[in-house]
Amino acid sequence: MTDIRAYEQAQEQEAGFGDYFALLKPRVMSLVVFTALVGLLVAPVGVHPVIAVASILFIAVGGGASGALNMWWDADIDRLMRRTQKRPIPTGKVTEGEAFAIGIALSVMAVVMLFLAAGAMAAGLLAFTIFFYVVIYTMWLKRLTPQNIVIGGAAGAFPPMIGWAVATGGISLESVLMFALTFAWTPPHFWSLALFVKNDYANAHVPMLTVTHGRDATRRQILAYTLALAVVSVALGLTSIGGPVYMAVTVVLNLLFIKGALGILRRSDADSEADSHLAERAFFKLSLAYLFLHYGALLVEATLKHWGLGGW
Amino acid sequence: MDTQIRAEHELHRRRLSRNVGLGLALLTFVVLVWGLTVAKVGGLDEARIKAGAAAEASQ
Repeated sequence: MTDIRAYEQAQEQEAGFGDYFALLKPRVMSLVVFTALVGLLVAPVGVHPVIAVASILFIAVGGGASGALNMWWDADIDRLMRRTQKRPIPTGKVTEGEAFAIGIALSVMAVVMLFLAAGAMAAGLLAFTIFFYVVIYTMWLKRLTPQNIVIGGAAGAFPPMIGWAVATGGISLESVLMFALTFAWTPPHFWSLALFVKNDYANAHVPMLTVTHGRDATRRQILAYTLALAVVSVALGLTSIGGPVYMAVTVVLNLLFIKGALGILRRSDADSEADSHLAERAFFKLSLAYLFLHYGALLVEATLKHWGLGGW
Repeated sequence: MDTQIRAEHELHRRRLSRNVGLGLALLTFVVLVWGLTVAKVGGLDEARIKAGAAAEASQ
């Protein structure tokens, strides 16, 4: 290789802004922003619009920072799996040290700024979320237990609680149930995906339930969490942020979701292969609508309350 | 050999995106801190006016 070719290759691997932005896992960040915003807007206390916008932004940055730290720690396995091979570190665009520095700097910045904007409770919850996702999930349990999806889901469930804490400065039954909604939703969502996507977690020695306990056990776990999810989502509808609209939405969606989970449970691998995982794909798509419509219904209830409607 | 000297190499575009992106991020941060300061100080003023009105009413 000539010197000029080596120089050109080094140039080709220089990162653009988009590569650094990709470290923050923008798709995960969009879920964080949406659920945190709903948590903030359905709270019974009004927030100054500038403080609300700034707080949501700092929550998003905190979530993104934990994504960067996740990519820093998991760089070794990201190189082995097709799904993650195009991430900035495996492609050589960003070094592991850069990802670590960006993750730590943005984490500290987001927590300090959220403390100044919204107080200690919201900042403390954000700090705990980052710690939980990076240390408890990524570093400790992701490679140790097939329940890793459940544990990772807990980290993703905190944003509505943080949004609620921005408005009220505290924790309540409503915010804990919003946490529980996303927490119980995550396993059926990801395990249904695992049933029809050929992944290579085994190559990376990450224990996925479909591999460690088999696909039938995964189908049973999907149904178990779907039933738990139904209890949690209906309970949320009975609190001060629920109402008739939310209850109608949750009853219909839970019936569809339970029907889908039962349908998956009855299927064998041969059935699934025969129709290209039709039921699993439909269940996965329904899970996306499920979460979006639940939080959307909470927003509708909060909006109706402004006009003296909605709520119980 | 495909090496050509070009006025605008692709590398320059990437560096520009990095610089512009960082600049916009910093600008957003400055605007946010300014906005937060205005909102928080405004909130303090309102609290002071309310406290003053309450004190006058009690006299």
